[in-house]
Formats: sequence, structure tokens, C-alpha cells
Amino acid sequence: MARTLLDKVWEAHTVRTLPSGQTQLLIGLHLIHEVTTPQAFQMLKELKLKVRMPERTFGTLDHIIPTADQTRPYADPEAEEMAAHMYRNMKDFNLQLFDMSTGKQGIVHVIGPELGLTQPGMTIACGDSHTSTHGAVGAIAFGIGTTQVRDVLATQCLAMAKPKLRQVRVESALARGVYAKDVILTIINRLGVKGGVGYAYEYAGPVIERMTMEERLTVCNMSIEGGARCGYVNPDQTTIDYLRGKPYAPAREAFDRATTWWKSIATEPGASFDDVKKIDGVSIEPVVTWGINPEMSVGVSQRIPSPDAQPEPERPTFREALAHMGFAAGQPIKGARIDVAFVGSCTNGRLSDLRVAAEVAKKGKVAKHVRALIVPGSQQVAKAAEAEGLHEIFQAAGFQWRKAGCSMCLGMNDDKLQGREMSASSSNRNFIGRQGSPTGRTLLMSPAMVAAAAIAGEIADVREILR
Amino acid sequence: MSTDFKRRQITGRGIPVPGNDIDTDRIIPARFLKAVTFETMGEHAFEDARKQNPEHPFNSKVFQGASVLVVGQNFGCGSSREHAPQALMRWGIRAIVGGSFGEIFAGNCVILGIPCLRASQEDIEWLQKAVARSPQQAVSVDVEKQEVRFGDRVIKASVPDGPRNQLVNGTWDSTAVLLEAGAAIEATAGRLPYVKGF
Repeated sequence: MARTLLDKVWEAHTVRTLPSGQTQLLIGLHLIHEVTTPQAFQMLKELKLKVRMPERTFGTLDHIIPTADQTRPYADPEAEEMAAHMYRNMKDFNLQLFDMSTGKQGIVHVIGPELGLTQPGMTIACGDSHTSTHGAVGAIAFGIGTTQVRDVLATQCLAMAKPKLRQVRVESALARGVYAKDVILTIINRLGVKGGVGYAYEYAGPVIERMTMEERLTVCNMSIEGGARCGYVNPDQTTIDYLRGKPYAPAREAFDRATTWWKSIATEPGASFDDVKKIDGVSIEPVVTWGINPEMSVGVSQRIPSPDAQPEPERPTFREALAHMGFAAGQPIKGARIDVAFVGSCTNGRLSDLRVAAEVAKKGKVAKHVRALIVPGSQQVAKAAEAEGLHEIFQAAGFQWRKAGCSMCLGMNDDKLQGREMSASSSNRNFIGRQGSPTGRTLLMSPAMVAAAAIAGEIADVREILR
Repeated sequence: MSTDFKRRQITGRGIPVPGNDIDTDRIIPARFLKAVTFETMGEHAFEDARKQNPEHPFNSKVFQGASVLVVGQNFGCGSSREHAPQALMRWGIRAIVGGSFGEIFAGNCVILGIPCLRASQEDIEWLQKAVARSPQQAVSVDVEKQEVRFGDRVIKASVPDGPRNQLVNGTWDSTAVLLEAGAAIEATAGRLPYVKGF
């Protein structure tokens, strides 16, 4: 019987079936960061346990670090304490840390792929829900909690139930001005934020196959926003070309042997899925969220829907969303005034994202009332962007050029919304309070659309700017 | 394993938090994640939601001391932060009954010994209203039988097999269970081409 990538990876990593009926699953790569690990290391110390496979764990600093002045000690004493814990734990347990001195620091989901740590056929875990990102190279990657981080550190395993598998096919092609972010926001809008509960998503179809690796990373990144436990794309020539020459990818003859194995773990033709959903790529236009979860979105030419048009159980959340955002049902999203523009995050903080934002930034200047930030996803992204002169394009247009980190995606450092500020953001969550102000408001969109909004001072259609 | 770890039945007063898609940012805003321990999380459960809404159930005197949380659909979606179930647990929550749950959140609850039970939309709406009407009356959660009793009404409330077995048998604290595999862990790793260096 034809098998899927999920079947093959799951089987290869099964240590045993647990008495509970779950699988004891070996985790091939464990990525850690400063925020969700100090308690796990503390538990490990209390249990007098070592890290089982220290060579399979890698750490970085991303969530709390400042993106303006990174001189230690950090101005925020809590951030400094958290970083100090990370340095101490990595040293105590003899684990490799990519800090600022290495030139390889960055958002954990940006550096894993760019260093070639993330590879096809692996199981990957990280104490961060956006670990689903790594599925873009054909890995099965789970976000986990802190006590599960303890489990992986101590045993290199997780107790997991195998999810069901849904293939999400994106057919035909995308129009100009429509990006990977618009594809995943459309998928979440059509299938819902709870539509993926119980599932892993396999993304397939001509649009996905034609995507670059960075675009696939954007799609897989937001699998969790659709409720899916993980999401992946089958490894193909794009994957192989992407990994060739990466510092932690196999080299020379080993790379050729690796490619044979990588190809062998892809889903076989004729494999069956628990469910298949299809979306026509041509139907997708630039998407903007208008509400308080990533499903609440419309095409930029559309109007904000009415709660009355929703099924009864959804209406209270819709009304709450309109009240929080200060929007009225029937209002066009285009023209909504913004205060802040943010390009960055594990969703859209890669070189290709900065390139497209810079392309738009060349067309004008940031509106006077808008505070605009460009935060590269990693030191390597920043370096590559600077080599191309992108930082100068941004600065000339009035954007701030920052250092790498999670920044305003979740507002754990100084980069926060103030009061009810409205943000056009290339990040992944528009939850109430997400960007650091309890009353702040977030509109999610592609980096190109963020740059367009920054210049217009309001939501604009990037297709009209790029024309 | 000590019987202390078994989570067969949990009985306590209820607290309803209505609404769907309540995310973990709402349960515990990110600024509280800068603490390097979980100790203070209970004080900050739903902090911003409580400030913005004086009527929030977590503010209400009648629900103080409650231990069974009754929620809507997709509760705990979003961030993987274990700080969310830690905050609820340290506030006093011992079991959660809802329409559905974010999967990482539900997994984090199990590993803390907190069962998440799924009931029908109709039963959830009834239970939320009934608990609000009679906050002093105990809710009985039976993980083993997969049912919830309130007064003289019993509703079906399911827990997936794996977590249910872990909770009922007291094996939810998973490190010890995973360690039992011993050398099979290294043996599995040793068969993987990428571990062997291709």
C-alpha cells in the first residue's frame, strides 16, 4: 500500500508503543530558546538527569532580546535574567548556543532551516507553537510545552498520538501581488482556526510545488493557526537545492546519499489521506485579517463580514472582534488607518520577505503618522539584506532597520504597540494583546502589503503599487 | 505509581468562561513569560481580560475556589506556552470541560495531570448556564467513565484514549515512563540515516 511521509517518518522514529496506547517517538532535532526552557532545565536538575543526546539539541536567543541596543546587560532586568539563565543552562548541560557572537543567532524557526539543521525525514520539537515551520523541508515538527521540553532533554522522546492526515491542495497558480502568506491565510479562512484539530496538514498541488523553500516555510509556519498539530511539504528538488551547502547539512558524498533517503520518504503516488481539501490559487487575492484570530480575514477588495451572516455559535466572537478592532460590519478593509507597520517574525522575516518589502518601499515614504519597523529573522538574513543594500532602501523610506529577534510579533521586548494602536503586521497572530498592548490591534498580511500600508498610512492594495 | 497521581474523578465547584477560540495569549499575556519559574503564574491568569471586563468570571467572588473550568470551542489555541495551564492550575483549576481544545494546550494539561474533557455544544451551553446559576454546587468529573455530573444531570464528556489512560493510571508525568524504554531509544536513533551521518 502506498504510504505517506507522515507514515514513514512516524514508523522510523517509533521507539515503542506506550501502555497508554500513545507512541514513544524519538525526536531527531530539539531546538530551544530562552523563554520556554528555564523551568525545564530546573526540573532536570531537580531530577538529577542529564541531557540524553546533547549533540541533537541547539539553542538560540530570540523571544526577549532587544532589537535596538543589544549591549549586555540588557536594559530590561527580566530579559537579562532570562538570557543569563539560558547561557548558564547551555553551559551546564554542554549544549550548543547560537548567540549574537556566532553570527548565527536569530528566530529559532529561521535559523534551523538556514543552518541546514532542519532536514527532511526528521522529527523536530521546540517549545514554541510555530515549530510547524520546519515541515517545509519535509520534517514532522511539533510545538511543545515546557514539561515536554524536559522530556525531550531527558529522553530525546515524546509521548504522542499519531495525528490524522489531511492533504491541502492549492491548485492552478497565484496572481501577481499574491504571496505565500495570502495562501496560508486563505487556507485558514476556508478551513477555520479549529479545522485542523486532530490533523497534520500535507500541503501539495501546483502552487505549493512551484513555491521556493522560503515560501513553503511561511505556509507551514501558520499550520498551527489553523489548528493542525503540524504541516509539511514533501521533499523535492527545491528542498535538495535549498539544503546543498548549508553548514549543518551533509556534505559531498554524504549529501548524495542523503538525497536518496530524503526522496524515499516523500508521500508515494496513490497514498490515501483521512481528508483532502482543494483551494484554487487563482481565487486568492492579497489577504488582510480584520479580527482577533487568524481565520477572521478578507481579501483586500472585500468588506468586513457581518456577525449575522455567521453560524449562531460564532456570532459572539465576531461581535467581540468588531468591538475590539473598532470596525463595523460591511466596512471595506482597504483604507483602514494604521499606526504601526511591522515586517519580521518566523512567518515572514526571511530574505525574500525583506526583498519584496524593499521593492514596495522604493515606491514612496512611510506616512508621517506611522512607526515602521523592519526586523530581520536572523543575523544571517540581516547580513545578506545589508549586502544587497536593502537596509538603505528601508531607511531612506523611513523604516527603522533593527537587529534580529521575535520583536513585535509577541511584544516580549521593547517593541510593543501602545494603547489602541493599529498595526499592519507580517506576523502570525492577531490575538487580543498579542503585540504587547492589552488593547492593541493587529492586522495580519504579507510583507508586501505591510510595506504598502506603511507608505499609504492605511490598508492599501499592493497590486496597485506594484503595477 | 502512587495513587496520588491517578486522576479518575475530580469534584469541585465550577467556573464558566464562555466564548470560543480563547487563546493562550488571553489566558496569560506574554509579558508574564519573562519569569524564569511558573510560581507567580496563578496571579496573572486572564489578567488583561479581567482588567478590561470587571464581570470576568475569574474576578467574581462566587467563583473563587472553583476547580472545574467550563469553556467553549478551541480553548487554549495559539501559543504552546505551558504558562497557560500552569496559570490555571495555580489559580486552582483541576479539570477543564469544553467543546474542543487547542492540541498543544491539551497536551500541556495532561502532562500536569489536568484532564480536558470534550462535550457537545448543547451540553456545554447547559453546563455553563447551570454552573452560573448554582456556583456553590459541585461538578463531578469522571475521567474513567467519560462523563460529567452536575445536580441530577449527567453529560457525556470524552477524553482521547492515550491521555485518558495516562490520567486514570497515573502515568501522565511522562519522563519516568519514557525513560523506561532504556537502550531502545539509542537503538531507534542508531537506525536513522541522519543520525548515522548518512
